[in-house]
Amino acid sequence: MSILVIAEHDNTSLRPATLNTVSAAVVLGGEIDLLVAGGNCQGAADEAATVDGVSRVLMADDPALIDGLAENLAPLVESIARNYSHVLAPATTYGKNLLPRAAALLDVQQISDISAIESPDTFVRPIYAGNALATVRSLDVMKLITVRTTAFDAAGQSSTAPIETISGCQEAGLSKFIGEELTRSERPELTTADIIVSGGRGMQSSENFGMLESLADKLGAAVGASRAAVDAGYVPNDYQVGQTGKVVAPDLYIAVGISGAIQHLAGMKDSKVIVAINKDEEAPIFQVADYGWVADLFEAIPQLEEALDSPSS
Amino acid sequence: MKVLVPIKRVIDANIKVRVKADESGVELNNVKMAMNPFCEIAVEEAIRLREAGHAEEIIAVTVGPTQGQETLRTALAMGADRAILVEADPAPESLAVAKLLKAIVDKEAPGLVLLGKQAIDGDNNQTGQMLSGLLGWSIGTFVSRLQVEDAVVRVTREVDGGLENIELIQPAIVTVDLRLNEPRYASLPNIMKAKKKPLDTFTPEALGVDVSPRLETIKVIAPPARASGTRVTSAAELVDKLRNEAKVI
Repeated sequence: MSILVIAEHDNTSLRPATLNTVSAAVVLGGEIDLLVAGGNCQGAADEAATVDGVSRVLMADDPALIDGLAENLAPLVESIARNYSHVLAPATTYGKNLLPRAAALLDVQQISDISAIESPDTFVRPIYAGNALATVRSLDVMKLITVRTTAFDAAGQSSTAPIETISGCQEAGLSKFIGEELTRSERPELTTADIIVSGGRGMQSSENFGMLESLADKLGAAVGASRAAVDAGYVPNDYQVGQTGKVVAPDLYIAVGISGAIQHLAGMKDSKVIVAINKDEEAPIFQVADYGWVADLFEAIPQLEEALDSPSS
Repeated sequence: MKVLVPIKRVIDANIKVRVKADESGVELNNVKMAMNPFCEIAVEEAIRLREAGHAEEIIAVTVGPTQGQETLRTALAMGADRAILVEADPAPESLAVAKLLKAIVDKEAPGLVLLGKQAIDGDNNQTGQMLSGLLGWSIGTFVSRLQVEDAVVRVTREVDGGLENIELIQPAIVTVDLRLNEPRYASLPNIMKAKKKPLDTFTPEALGVDVSPRLETIKVIAPPARASGTRVTSAAELVDKLRNEAKVI
């Protein structure tokens, strides 16, 4: 078996999801090549070479690949994929955008968002917002797979794999990158944070999210949100945790003023410990919470901050 | 320009699904079905494009069992002009659906195909991207803002890091995200009118597409339930539990 992992990166460094995807490849077993396709992406390729389990880094450095447009990337993936039994990408917006297009070019029925590997052709994946787990066997000769990153640990970075340069990219001329508005934050990233403090409609305003940010900073946590809070404009879209937003599984998830719609639970119920703070004691979030506190969040959050300041008992 | 809107019939988003006792799948008998919520957003956007003078005709298409007609009638009641059912039972996998949609695109020559970014049953998030690959068209996924200009479609994509703006050469494929719009409800007169709008039916055979499955479902089970938790009544108690019982802070 030989596996191609498609790295997600920003040309200068790897995105953490790449490390989880490599771990899934390690579970499959076999030679692992890590593809870094970008523009001026030597930095990302150098980091890719350190990832444990990787035999070889393939670097495709071309101006057409600099912005990660699927129209230019998919033919590149198609051109090299036939050398492999498996092609893996993270189930992030990057991987979800790219891999199905490559799968169609290869005439392969992709397997999305796998959470476990049973054998080289059999995988477990959540369906219906995680309310069911399907075990599926692929009958395709080649397997194209996106990986649920929270289901696999991050690979270490203490190796030195060789980097080979590959060419053959073309500008498809179908689309153009105009710009991006990325959320800048000093806090940990939502998908890799050990602790997440998340707010819902109960926060009532953008300003009130400041309370959660302050609590998050005390805990070294990331800040997330339910769809309702994002729709209401309290926080940007990249805060959204849920079935169609980000899937997270931190050690501690503190849900504040979140009722707990199925779609939200789908994104966080694999967290190790869940705390729910909500004034509605009937809120469905309490059904998944390890620790539930029925309280008005505007009183509870300052009290919680204060209690965190007191020395450990 | 014509706009093609592929839609899917799924279990209503508000229903909690149950897996069958024999682990063969999810219980669909006597369960309320509805249009996939992302597909509703795609239909709504197509109607807004027509209202803004960018689209002349909206064609809704679905692939699946006969009952897909009901979902198509909903799209027609919202404002689509005509509908196409590609009848296949059970509903084929995404790649086969993309091939069937390509056959419809080849017949209809739309300038834009608007789809939901994912269906809330299989949560695959594949069909639009696959269709774009088969057609060799531009693609914008997870779109929360869309603007049609002469030869291009400008879109804002919701990506993991925030927002990304790209420009797509027409014809284009766009998969829509939650915040693009709020779909309208069909009015009663429009529901009545929708019954008279044209609805054509094709089979995969007639479209020359092999829909044999590439995936075999071994089993479908319920996820492990979380153990029931405990209630706390003060911040001090919560912090104590997190420190000394759960040991997560």
